[in-house]
Amino acid sequence: MNTILRGIGVLAVTGTVSLLAFSLPPGEARGDSGDDALPRLTHKNWQQECASCHLAYAPAFLPKASWQRLMSGLDRHFGENASLDPVTQADILRFLEPHAADSGNSRMGHKVMQRLGANEAPLRITETRWFVRKHDDVPRAAWMRKSIGSAANCAACHRQAEQGTFDEDAVRIPK
Amino acid sequence: MIKRLAWAGWVLLSAHTAAADSPASFMARYAQQAGVAVSALSPVRGEALYRSEHPGRNAQAVSCARCHTANPKQAGQTRVGKRIEPLAPAANPERFTDAAKVEKWFRRNCMDVLQRECSAQEKGDFIAWLTQIK
Repeated sequence: MNTILRGIGVLAVTGTVSLLAFSLPPGEARGDSGDDALPRLTHKNWQQECASCHLAYAPAFLPKASWQRLMSGLDRHFGENASLDPVTQADILRFLEPHAADSGNSRMGHKVMQRLGANEAPLRITETRWFVRKHDDVPRAAWMRKSIGSAANCAACHRQAEQGTFDEDAVRIPK
Repeated sequence: MIKRLAWAGWVLLSAHTAAADSPASFMARYAQQAGVAVSALSPVRGEALYRSEHPGRNAQAVSCARCHTANPKQAGQTRVGKRIEPLAPAANPERFTDAAKVEKWFRRNCMDVLQRECSAQEKGDFIAWLTQIK
């Protein structure tokens, strides 16, 4: 009996905490504290599907129009066939759009948008002016190293990229 | 009524578990689709498919082995450096246990390597080879 009561207590507390979490503005107070930190997001298909080949790139790195273009061309995804069934594809886009750079709910998105032209919808995060400027001190040859492979491999240098942390102090460029 | 629903749910759930896919069930399915006996699936052809190189983009040859490595018991790497768990069931028991996943990756990767979908015979041969790797 005691256990049951305690269980109810725990449920009530968890319920209140999650209600609180939901009432906060999206993106804020969910890990979007540091300058280069991203809102900690979870979405089953985004994490499962996108991250089977590469890091699940945060939606705040590109505007809605980019995600729409990208998700409608998955059968020709940077030279690879990454096609999905229509239901999963639509589900991922429905998640990306409200968290995109121009959705106004993350500081990272704001920074990306500041340097993006009004009608620009690049397919590559590495083509945004924000990315180029942020990485202008990385020598061109470093990107080509076998230990890095490509600029799409964030986690090669940003060791905590999977956790959404892109802090400059934590960057280690492998040899 | 609720009891009956719960019961039906349990039956459905256990039926689903019982019908879980395995390398053998995929081989049986692909052999049937190809109109051949399971014994007619060829590990030799499967291995040849895995290793065969085909012209890809930028005149660079593509093959299954390019990402999955020459030894399918080893972990591979995607083009952008993400780990691919081993393909051989001996090294990774999760392989060939999920129909949606298997069909998705055959579709994508055959399109990338062969520029066409793989036939049922090819898929059956492929699994026949991978399962006999100990």
